[in-house]
Amino acid sequence: MHDTTVLLIEVGALLFGLGLLGRLSRRIGLSPIPLYLLAGLAFGHGGLVPLSASEEFFAIGAEIGVILLLVMLGLEYTASELIGNLRSNAPAGLLDGLLNALPGAALALLLGWGWVAALVLAGITWVSSSGVIAKVLADLGRLGNRETPVILSILVIEDLAMALYLPLLTAVLAGVGLMGGAQTMAIAVGTVGVVLMVAIRYGHAISAFISVKDPEALLLGVLGLTLFVAGVAAQLKVSAAVGAFLVGIALSGPVAHHATELLSPLRDLFAAVFFVFFGLATNPEDMPPVLLPALGLAVVTMATKIITGYVAAKRAGIAVPGRLRAGLGLMPRGEFSIVIAGLAVATPGIEPQLAPLATAYVLITVVSGPMLARLPDFAWFKGLILRRSRARRRPQPLPTTD
Amino acid sequence: MRVRVEQTALPGIGVRHDIVTESGRRVGVVTHRTGRRDLVLYDEDDPDACIASIPLNDDEAEALADILGASLMLGQLSGLRQQAAGLLTEQISIPAGSRFVGRLLGDTKARTRTSASIVAVLRDGQVIASPGPEFVFEAGDVVVVVGTRQGLDGVTAILADGDPDS
Repeated sequence: MHDTTVLLIEVGALLFGLGLLGRLSRRIGLSPIPLYLLAGLAFGHGGLVPLSASEEFFAIGAEIGVILLLVMLGLEYTASELIGNLRSNAPAGLLDGLLNALPGAALALLLGWGWVAALVLAGITWVSSSGVIAKVLADLGRLGNRETPVILSILVIEDLAMALYLPLLTAVLAGVGLMGGAQTMAIAVGTVGVVLMVAIRYGHAISAFISVKDPEALLLGVLGLTLFVAGVAAQLKVSAAVGAFLVGIALSGPVAHHATELLSPLRDLFAAVFFVFFGLATNPEDMPPVLLPALGLAVVTMATKIITGYVAAKRAGIAVPGRLRAGLGLMPRGEFSIVIAGLAVATPGIEPQLAPLATAYVLITVVSGPMLARLPDFAWFKGLILRRSRARRRPQPLPTTD
Repeated sequence: MRVRVEQTALPGIGVRHDIVTESGRRVGVVTHRTGRRDLVLYDEDDPDACIASIPLNDDEAEALADILGASLMLGQLSGLRQQAAGLLTEQISIPAGSRFVGRLLGDTKARTRTSASIVAVLRDGQVIASPGPEFVFEAGDVVVVVGTRQGLDGVTAILADGDPDS
């Protein structure tokens, strides 16, 4: 058979299969991300049916998938929202970073994988999945809840932190020295700052440059601009993903709104390709040895996320049930952790067990997280909290104010 | 407004407005950036959690606002009647034969001639509050007028017979 023919058959069959998996995931009320990863594992190197001809397609598709994930993330926020959030919720974001990045870094050092892997794993355990969590909040009807703004602002700060972390990681992975790393960081911080400032002051002007009237021109304009800026950012060693994120931030108003609508289906397609590609690149045979560390890491970092949410919600004056809801809601890791792992895997010299560990870790948290997030809605759980708070109050006849 | 409306930004989603009622219940509206809005009711035992989140489309939201607004306005009007002696409210219907059917409210020149104000029009069970001079009457409209006895009689005369001066 001709190579292109094989490619069409492979890509077609896999995408069709993903469609069925997506339907299945919706039926059982789960994020499709774990199923896509598993599909990738099944068809990759050492999997059941290795794909050969379509590997290049999936590699490029995955690259575009990351860029689209990030630009859509940027489109969701306005620059002023980001700045405002940073001002009011910086302590919560800092606590989140410390509590959740350290366990990952510690495990990497414990396993003797070195500093670079520690930096990678710290990022993987740090960032919650905005996509999965936003969906869980909507599914459980919690968008109106008073702890929801707390959860969302932690996600916003994580996303903003990624704009600084990714260039740093890119520089470290590229093996540039201290001077080179500092230079890249300076460029990244400068770029992020300038884009935020320009977006706040002249966001409407940039948006006015792109017409909303013609959907075709809008789609091509936004997609083209995003890919171009992402490419230039990668050339400057500032990570293509961050460039795309910043384009999303800079666009605002009706352009952002329409672009979100137009790009969503494209994002869904290429993001699925991205998750499959990550699974493809991982050999399932490498999974069993890292399963136990991944499970331990998941348990520890899910606990630290609960603490993060609990403390952050307490700061915002939320009662105990709401604090637990915030903590349990923050647990799933997803697209970002895979993006970070994806960056690392492509680098020669990095610990080869890192990718299977990341895959297993994300699989565990993204499946168990949304399920555990439902816990506070059960009657027995509510009863438990009520009884505990009563028991605690009884020895103190006078309520103390904190 | 005596009630404090709390506004909270939901980054990436939209904005939430909520109030706490006198009875201690919390009610809010989540407005999504996409234009969707949900009416949310909070749990009595756990005021941070919403027990119900009801999506409303544009028409439903408008209908609900109308119902709340209408009962509120009629209540305020009866209060006004009690407060100010000599100020009266009356509902005057526009018969099918009135010469103002299909004509502008401004054409009646009701306020300049009688000093009574048309504050609302009831049409098909809905309230159109403070109609402007460009408002077009239809047969079957009920006009809510506020004024002195004399003024109200004047408006009744205008709407029923046409010109009171002629």
